[in-house]
Amino acid sequence: MTHHKPRSKTEIRGGAHATRQHDSAHKHVTGSADYIDDMAEPAGILHGYLGLSDRAHARIVSLDLDAVRASDGVVAVLTGADVPGSNDISPTGRNDEPVLAENEVLFHGQPVFAVIAETREKARRAAKKAVFTYEDLPHVTDVRAAVDADYPYVTDPLKLERGDVEAGLAAAPLRLKGDMRIGGQDHFYLEGHIAMAIPGEDDEVTVWSSTQHPSEVQHMVAHALGTVSNAVTVQVRRMGGGFGGKETQSNQFAAIAAIAAKKLNRAVKIRPDRDDDMIITGKRHDFVVDYDVGYDEAGVIHALDASFAARCGFSSDLSGPVTDRALFHADNCYFYQDVRLRSKPMMTNTVSNTAFRGFGGPQGMLGGERVIEEVAYALGRDPLEIRKANFYGGQGRDITPYHQKVEDNIIARIVEDLEVSTDYQARRAEIIDFNAGSPVVRRGIALTPVKFGISFTATWYNQAGALVHVYQDGSIHLNHGGTEMGQGLNTKVAQVLAEEFQVDLDTIRITATTTGKVPNTSATAASSGTDLNGMAAANAAQQIKARLIGFASEKFSVPPEQVEFIPNHVRIGNELLAFGDFIKMAYQARIQLSAAGFYKTPDIHWDRAKGMGRPFYYFAYGAAVSEVSIDTLTGEYQVDRVDVLHDAGRSLNPALDIGQIEGAFVQGMGWLTTEELWWDDKGRLRTHAPSTYKIPLASDRPPVFNVRLADWSENREPTIRRSKAVGEPPFMLPISVLEALGMAVASIADYQISPRLDAPATPERVLMAVERLKALAAGDGAEG
Amino acid sequence: MAQTHRTHIRFLLNDRTVELSGFAPDLTLLDWLRLDRRLTGTKEGCAEGDCGACTVLVGRMDNGVLTYETVNACIRFVGSLDATHVVTVEHLNRPDGALSAVQQAMVDLHGSQCGFCTPGIVASLHALWLADPEPTEADIERQLQGNLCRCTGYEPIVKAALAAARTIPSEDNDRLVRAYAETVETLTALADGARVTIDSERGTTYLPADVDDLAELYEAHPGATIVAGSTDVGLWVTKHMRDIAPVILIGHLDGLKEIGLDEDGLTLGAGVSYTAARGALVSAFPQMAELWDRIGGEQVRNMGTIGGNIANGSPIGDTPPPLIALDATVTLRKGSSRRTLPLEAFFLDYGKQDRQKGEFVESVFVPALDEEAFFAVYKISKRRDEDISALCAAFRVTLDGEGLVASARIAFGGMAGTPKRARAAEAALLGRAWTWDTIQQARQQLASDYQPLSDWRASAEYRMLTAQNLLIRFFLETCGAPARIERRPALAEA
Repeated sequence: MTHHKPRSKTEIRGGAHATRQHDSAHKHVTGSADYIDDMAEPAGILHGYLGLSDRAHARIVSLDLDAVRASDGVVAVLTGADVPGSNDISPTGRNDEPVLAENEVLFHGQPVFAVIAETREKARRAAKKAVFTYEDLPHVTDVRAAVDADYPYVTDPLKLERGDVEAGLAAAPLRLKGDMRIGGQDHFYLEGHIAMAIPGEDDEVTVWSSTQHPSEVQHMVAHALGTVSNAVTVQVRRMGGGFGGKETQSNQFAAIAAIAAKKLNRAVKIRPDRDDDMIITGKRHDFVVDYDVGYDEAGVIHALDASFAARCGFSSDLSGPVTDRALFHADNCYFYQDVRLRSKPMMTNTVSNTAFRGFGGPQGMLGGERVIEEVAYALGRDPLEIRKANFYGGQGRDITPYHQKVEDNIIARIVEDLEVSTDYQARRAEIIDFNAGSPVVRRGIALTPVKFGISFTATWYNQAGALVHVYQDGSIHLNHGGTEMGQGLNTKVAQVLAEEFQVDLDTIRITATTTGKVPNTSATAASSGTDLNGMAAANAAQQIKARLIGFASEKFSVPPEQVEFIPNHVRIGNELLAFGDFIKMAYQARIQLSAAGFYKTPDIHWDRAKGMGRPFYYFAYGAAVSEVSIDTLTGEYQVDRVDVLHDAGRSLNPALDIGQIEGAFVQGMGWLTTEELWWDDKGRLRTHAPSTYKIPLASDRPPVFNVRLADWSENREPTIRRSKAVGEPPFMLPISVLEALGMAVASIADYQISPRLDAPATPERVLMAVERLKALAAGDGAEG
Repeated sequence: MAQTHRTHIRFLLNDRTVELSGFAPDLTLLDWLRLDRRLTGTKEGCAEGDCGACTVLVGRMDNGVLTYETVNACIRFVGSLDATHVVTVEHLNRPDGALSAVQQAMVDLHGSQCGFCTPGIVASLHALWLADPEPTEADIERQLQGNLCRCTGYEPIVKAALAAARTIPSEDNDRLVRAYAETVETLTALADGARVTIDSERGTTYLPADVDDLAELYEAHPGATIVAGSTDVGLWVTKHMRDIAPVILIGHLDGLKEIGLDEDGLTLGAGVSYTAARGALVSAFPQMAELWDRIGGEQVRNMGTIGGNIANGSPIGDTPPPLIALDATVTLRKGSSRRTLPLEAFFLDYGKQDRQKGEFVESVFVPALDEEAFFAVYKISKRRDEDISALCAAFRVTLDGEGLVASARIAFGGMAGTPKRARAAEAALLGRAWTWDTIQQARQQLASDYQPLSDWRASAEYRMLTAQNLLIRFFLETCGAPARIERRPALAEA
């Protein structure tokens, strides 16, 4: 299909930096893009469903499964005792997360058994028939309560320290303390978790898993089956959204499906109902941030001592690196002379929290921005002035709390551009004027910056592989270790490959991610998908090109420099060959037309024990101005206008990057506004479906929503085509929405008292903040 | 009396006629499409009618006009599809196989990322494209209230809807337009007025021939579950796995869909959907327009009915507070006998209504509002659209010639176990001057009217404070003072 089209000699269609549609867009809109539940099922497939605990913390005295086994259509019931290998899927090797809980349950909704039946409905009905007898144990669900109750850490805490924070605080002219509560967030990927396991010969099994991390699923399945990785193949063509929720959380479903499939020698599919998906799987960590800051009259922060306590849930999962990343981002764009940041990864009797876009970074950054806001209101100044007074930059003011030098700082330019181009100052003045004459409706505006560190902080994760085949007709098969969850990774990597070979994009076919083609991959996470896999694919192409150049040089007796890949053709000396014709020639000359590419990020290192190093290869920057209105009688609000300027380096695909920015903004806005996780006093999550958990709608998006790329930016590091990662950084832009809401609230007390609006700022929290400021303003206005 | 009987249903699925019998009363359209027909373009996202990934179009004859509406296939029972045209995403491309205007615009403007919500969004936008040649952004947002997207932030989707509107639906570019006359003929022939009885291992589904037949069937099977739009009962099945058999489906009964508007007031049959009621309701009570557009999403408004919202007795249903404030009455029917009672008397206690065995809600009558009366409805929810009320308030006040309060009816949802009037607050208003001081006194009385609960939607403290503040909002608005956020320009166009 590739060589029948006329191919341009002057430019390729869909190379690097070109705006192209998502490679599956046509299939998405026609309903022909297959997700795992849409795939043709193997004959005789069975369906699994999980039986969950209904206690937050209890010893299982007895578990009577007779009625479950006797239920219509049930083929098997599995408990922890049926796990043939290790009943553990902890991704950190701490052995703290069972496939199926035995003896003790640690959160309300923890999977305890699995029913395998002829249909999903029969399995689901049967799962309701278990009879548990429990001995209740004390439980804690809240972060602060966990700290107060001396609950244990689920993993080792981190301390970042530079300078002498005690002395710095003592010497600072001004000082304030406070705390902030930051809510968690459910991923609400539209496609819920799913796994389909197909048994093979001997100990082999193939698992189709909706996962961002096929290699880990492979290892966990092998671990649970008591076999080795080469017996397990994990595949995924696409996910219906991931956002971090399918980094480790897929392991459980995949492991159970595989165990059942091997035990019964039948294909087994498991897909939980949405409510169960939300109950069983981890979410963004909730945090409580305590801060003590020393500053001066100019708003310059001298010293900051802060702790970040997180609701980690019952096990460690990824809570170590998540809480680490919170600390790494507490500085955002600001230099602290003396600083100490500490994490408290608290165990709680809740689902084990996990990766979610930003991976703790947003919570850390929000804590840091709260400090800026506090200083600003304490001084009666616009928070933007305080931000600028504290930006990294200048002699001795470019070292982070983790001792990495900020070398690619462009935040001042981005903020200045946005401040001017959006007429920030005039709008702010107009809003203050409006508020003075408006008793019920108040408005607010805020400009907040983002600096986000790119690289996995687990340095060994920063590697990737790709497998590229050029077939003898000139068509190209691309496979890499990344997974497609909607972000357009496959499209971008294919564009990179098209650019390398100088062929039109439709010459390249993108294939399902599989552990059988590219091994030992890292999760598609940390915004790294394109950076890592794009480089690996380019490397594979370069290997093949080197062989082709050698071949052409020899065959046509020209120096290698005279072999050139031009659009859809190869120029060899004075000869011009169509790419397909040249490839056929190379094939017949027995040139290897396949290569495994590899990449590892250079120049990064991290010593966690010392809290020092260069964990990030580079930083991505951005800023947003948000304007809002609130109703001081009800706390209702709306976002009126948003302007974004974001740094994607030399964008590989501006349309996809803008899509990431818009999507991240609205998702981050949801986190900070209407998305609220609510546990009752029995430790039961009561917001576990879209009827109770409210993500943004089309009508919540800003009616004026201007998103621009900083098109002058170019990554100073030699990343893939000098682009920058874009998945996570824009998620933090809507901190401007929360701060704008805060300003509208602060208008109640003439902007002299910090609004201390916690997240999510539901209408209730906004109204209660208004009430608090009314009470304080009616009193002496002072606050400790 | 049913003249004829059938033991199967018949409907059009895309371009084929389907005849089905022997299916379970709780078989959902989504499961049937995906598991039985392997039409997997339609997705399951939540199985409770909130995310819209399962959106399909259902065409039906409405007073001789074939109308296509979006519905949530996940909570729609297959039995209810008799004599309809079900259209899935697989049938939305052009007759020549090319992408439809909506699909092409979604591709061109990057309206899909992960793609899982996309077929549902395409279905919703296709329905809008067919119905509205010049949609505003507000129209598009309203159409998409029942479609969640977690990837795009919606911006490119709204742009795609605007772009698609530049193409006019025609026989060349749309299968539904092309087959319109033929479909009308088919559906008309399929609606033969028969009573349908579907027996299965899991119980029986009845489709009564008409309202009299319903009365007869329900008297004979008083334990049956009556299902109109299934926006509530659907969840009993998909979330609670409750056995609902036998089921009597009533969504197809024209006799329950009558809308009467005259100088005395508005009569709505129990089977009138929110969508169908909108025109008459908003012309009689324009103050209800905003609330109406914030009930569920478009799919739910197309399915859900006035009668269902009342009969299920929820303390957080959105129609009872304004209807009680307006002194509406409800007519119940059992066999051939009817009784009419004030709507507020219908709600006895949490989960308990004044409805006898075999009795069903037949219609609601809402008396016309005096021109001088002040009337307002306010819904408070965590998310503005497609959310369940934390509280819902309705105020109706009339003043006498001297500016004193002559009548006051205040009703709240979400503040008690039932939709309930604020008698103490009303008493504090009656006979007093309509002033800030009077309002402050009435405001305090709400604390004796209600003892709200704390839950995930709101704390008791917030509910009470907001209820009290809404009385202030009402007062300010009757005085012509601005008292709430002006809806942004994009929405004001609607």
